[in-house]
Amino acid sequence: MGAENEPAAKGVPPWWRDRRVLPWVVQAVVGLLVLLLIAFLLGNLVRNLTAAGLLLSWRWLNQPASFGIAETIIPFDATMPYWRGLAAGLANTLRAVLLGLVGATILGTLAGMASFSRNGLLRGIARVYVEVIRNIPLLLQLVFWYFVVFLALPNGAAAVQIPGVVLAKSGLYLAGFEEGVRWTVPHLVNNVWQAPLRVSVEFGALLTGLIIYSGAFIAEVVRGGIAAVPRGQWEAASSLGIGWLATLRWIVLPQALRVIVPGLNTQYISLAKNSSLAVAVGYTDLYSVAETTLNQTGRAVEVYLILLGAYLGLDLLISLLMNGLNRFVQIRER
Amino acid sequence: MIRHPFTGLQQCGVVRKLGMALRRSLLWPLTALLAAQLAGCASDSGSGVQSQKMATINGRGKLVCGVDGKLPGFSFVGPDGAYTGLDVDVCKAMAAALFGDPGKVEYRDLNSSERFAALASGEVDLLSRNTTMTLSRDAPGGNGLSFGPTTFYDGQGVMTPVTSGIRTLKDLAGKPICVESGTTTELNLADRMRELDVAYTPLKFQTGDQTYAAYLGGRCIAVTSDRSQLAAKRTSFPSPDQHVLLPDVMSKEPLTPATVNGDPAWADAVRWTVYGLMQAEELGITKANVAEKLAEAKANPNQADLRRFLGVEGDFGRQLGLPSDFVVKSVAAVGNYGEIFDRNVGPGSKLKLDRGVNRQWTDGGLIYSPPFR
Amino acid sequence: MAALLRRIRRELFPTRGDAVLSVALLGLITLAGFGFLHWALFQARWLVIQANATLFAVGRYPIEQQWRLWLLLWLLVAATGLSWGVLRSHPRRDRTGALWPRNDRLAAVLLGVVGLWVPWALGLDLSLQSRWWGLVILLLLVRWLAGRFGRRFGSLGPRLVALTWPVLYLLGMVLISGGLGLVSVSPSEWGGLLLTLLEASFAILLCFPLGVLLALGRRSELPLLRWGSVLYIEFIRGAPLITLLFLGQNILGFLLPGGLAPERVWRAAWVLTFFAAAYLAEAVRAGLAAVPGGQFEAARSLGLSYPQTLAKVVLPQAMRVALPAMVGQFISLLQDTTLLSLIGLMELLGTARTVMANPAFLGKNAEVYLTLAVLFWCCCAALGLGSRALERRLDPQTVPSST
Repeated sequence: MGAENEPAAKGVPPWWRDRRVLPWVVQAVVGLLVLLLIAFLLGNLVRNLTAAGLLLSWRWLNQPASFGIAETIIPFDATMPYWRGLAAGLANTLRAVLLGLVGATILGTLAGMASFSRNGLLRGIARVYVEVIRNIPLLLQLVFWYFVVFLALPNGAAAVQIPGVVLAKSGLYLAGFEEGVRWTVPHLVNNVWQAPLRVSVEFGALLTGLIIYSGAFIAEVVRGGIAAVPRGQWEAASSLGIGWLATLRWIVLPQALRVIVPGLNTQYISLAKNSSLAVAVGYTDLYSVAETTLNQTGRAVEVYLILLGAYLGLDLLISLLMNGLNRFVQIRER
Repeated sequence: MIRHPFTGLQQCGVVRKLGMALRRSLLWPLTALLAAQLAGCASDSGSGVQSQKMATINGRGKLVCGVDGKLPGFSFVGPDGAYTGLDVDVCKAMAAALFGDPGKVEYRDLNSSERFAALASGEVDLLSRNTTMTLSRDAPGGNGLSFGPTTFYDGQGVMTPVTSGIRTLKDLAGKPICVESGTTTELNLADRMRELDVAYTPLKFQTGDQTYAAYLGGRCIAVTSDRSQLAAKRTSFPSPDQHVLLPDVMSKEPLTPATVNGDPAWADAVRWTVYGLMQAEELGITKANVAEKLAEAKANPNQADLRRFLGVEGDFGRQLGLPSDFVVKSVAAVGNYGEIFDRNVGPGSKLKLDRGVNRQWTDGGLIYSPPFR
Repeated sequence: MAALLRRIRRELFPTRGDAVLSVALLGLITLAGFGFLHWALFQARWLVIQANATLFAVGRYPIEQQWRLWLLLWLLVAATGLSWGVLRSHPRRDRTGALWPRNDRLAAVLLGVVGLWVPWALGLDLSLQSRWWGLVILLLLVRWLAGRFGRRFGSLGPRLVALTWPVLYLLGMVLISGGLGLVSVSPSEWGGLLLTLLEASFAILLCFPLGVLLALGRRSELPLLRWGSVLYIEFIRGAPLITLLFLGQNILGFLLPGGLAPERVWRAAWVLTFFAAAYLAEAVRAGLAAVPGGQFEAARSLGLSYPQTLAKVVLPQAMRVALPAMVGQFISLLQDTTLLSLIGLMELLGTARTVMANPAFLGKNAEVYLTLAVLFWCCCAALGLGSRALERRLDPQTVPSST
């Protein structure tokens, strides 16, 4: 029987070399291996968690947290449940990310524009800024800002005073409207600064570090975007008698945005993720609260699910907004 | 009884066989990579004990001990790279009890927020890191640790610069206070301040280094921790006399070595080795005279208590899965509890702490070993 | 001279507004420069670096075993000299066949100066200083020998060099961790720059094949492979590295049976690897996208099998395009190793923390952080320079660029 089939088999490749079957075999094997791996890991997880009495449960979220948080934008105290603590941490993260995004965009755009300046010195400074900052780890920069710069600020009357702003070890004080109408500048009361707006030095250090670090990357994105605009545009504007800044603002940047926006998306997401390094400078962000919670409850898996979910959600949100912006920028193209 | 899941020896065996097969094959350079990563893997040459953990430790040939590493008096790395301190001596005593050699310890520096995970995942065998015993840390539904005898009875205190003008906890109203996150002190601080109805700003740091760096940097007006730790840290400050401990004691902090829940045999071995150190002090057995006492016990069949304690008669060691002379070995290595205390935190150290409640029960203290019988 | 003046005038004072700006900036720079110099020369206490130089270099690696690291360093230096020389002895069309081109002379002088100055500045004792001089001399000597006689071996030279590095890497692993008759040194005793470089090089080497596979998977026509790769890449890229590192430290123990979870130094190295692979995959994917589809079809129609097509036609072209992005990833990987200090590993930043907790060096943050910053900057800038040099070398100059 085998001898009869042999000639026919020569024309048709054996099944393991069949182009129609092969892909599915490969996929089935890979899928099976992945499934086995996941089953193995999950099996271990469930067995180990059962043994440790820590099987998945979310009831602890409603128990009182019994730890405090230094600065929150949504009210929180130690009697409130864990979920409130995590929410307060998330709000703190959002605050850092939001202000960081704005600051880094402004700084990055300025630095990116400066690298096209006629002034050689300005170009050089922009270049040095980008090259120095991008090659030093962010964590190192953050601890430097906090422990070396911000903790060296003096307190009380000796604090660094710029009109409207006071930098002291006890915090950064900004002028603002008090009770909605009265313009108030920072002032000393009993050797303690009072001002409408106050942020802690921890937050200040985090924000400074994030803005300066991300700013360098954004500067590169902006530079790349501007470089992608044909030189003829500059020359045409110049021959029409339009100034350098006006050319950049009204002619080059709008065109460059099409290249810049996708690049910004990546930088924004990495800024959001980098904000978790706040834990190194004592700012209580989501990650910091999650760590404390994990330590008090021992609920490692649940806390990490929350943490990963929150950061993935944040990234998704940024991506969605940036995609919207991207579409807006692209539509205006003619 | 729950068997602990993190010490399965069979899997280790499989990996070793894999390693050997690799070594035989031409891929031997890869084994260097593999071998380095499986350093924690044990052989199963146990000593006939039911404890998986002890089989792992015996197979590895050394004890992995989780310590703080940056706390003078309790665990501190000197300039020569050697660890010293009260917590370290507990590790050394344990290694001496197991192997007869106090040097067979590998120390792991752990910060307060990673210590329990390190113990639970089997990364360290013994946690001797000024850890407070509490219900939730002990309970299987909480952190699920198994605590040994308390080696240092402490209380939470507050340290502040002399010049700050702060004399009581109430003076701290509205002030920033530095605290290490993931500690009982963080929770006690919140509780006590709430009781006193004092609002404050907790500044939390991941590690002790950062906490004290921020305090010394003047970021907070006070730092809170166990009183012994504050005293210990103060000795390393540039001008120790510029800092005072407030008289308030916020809490009870029984600092206790811990093992993982689910291996009672190993927990017992730790428990009775530490009790052995305390009992030795009670019986007047010291590092210097332990050999003498042993000879005396051997010569004198009437001293049944001493003979049992030092392993001359009876089988206490075997019951625990330890050598019969484990007490002799551990006391010979680090001395009795009193000697350990004096050398590391008491008069023989920079800390100069008073024995206080850490005296023997015979002197009215809390150090009390149950009978060895 | 006049040209210089003209240039200064053109660059700094093109208009009146620019002139004002330039003067103001110059003033600021001078002020900051003088302030910094004053601090660095008169106020900073560099003793903290000098006294802890060994700690920063290798951590708590046992002193009696440190000869192994020295041996490794000698070997590395010799291999560097060899590669450098052999590469120069095979000149390209665009270059004169000079033994010491201008860049090389510059590099040699720089190396000499650094090799002489750094050990002296660190205040090492004379025997250690002489070792550093020896290393510099060895480097230049091997460089000269390989450059002078390298051409005699023909194409064997470059191949030999390519083989040297992987062998040296494995040998280095053995030297560092022990085994094969050497006393084993536990990973918990590695630290400082040694650990930083080890973690980074391990992750860079292993994330590369993994990233290529993921990129191929993401472009695959098989839905399961494609979606699997997409899921993995997007999941990893969505999570901050620090949460993944903590996952590795705290949850891996729950996922694996006991004893299988590797040492925590290696655990962190694997997390870094898996993390970097996702980012690398995206860089490679961009490179793959840049290869015209015709290339693939042409190769297939010539009778090359799928793996052959990938290995010989598509990937080489894709890699060239992806190179800058990939090196960018490697640089950020090197920087990301600092996060290991947050999980208690004694890499450079972790070592720095312990040093600053030492009562004798309390408050010397600025000196320590600045030194680390310079160190990291040099490593990352060197990687960037190397990548640009490689890019130029790989640039197919036979085809004039289209733009």
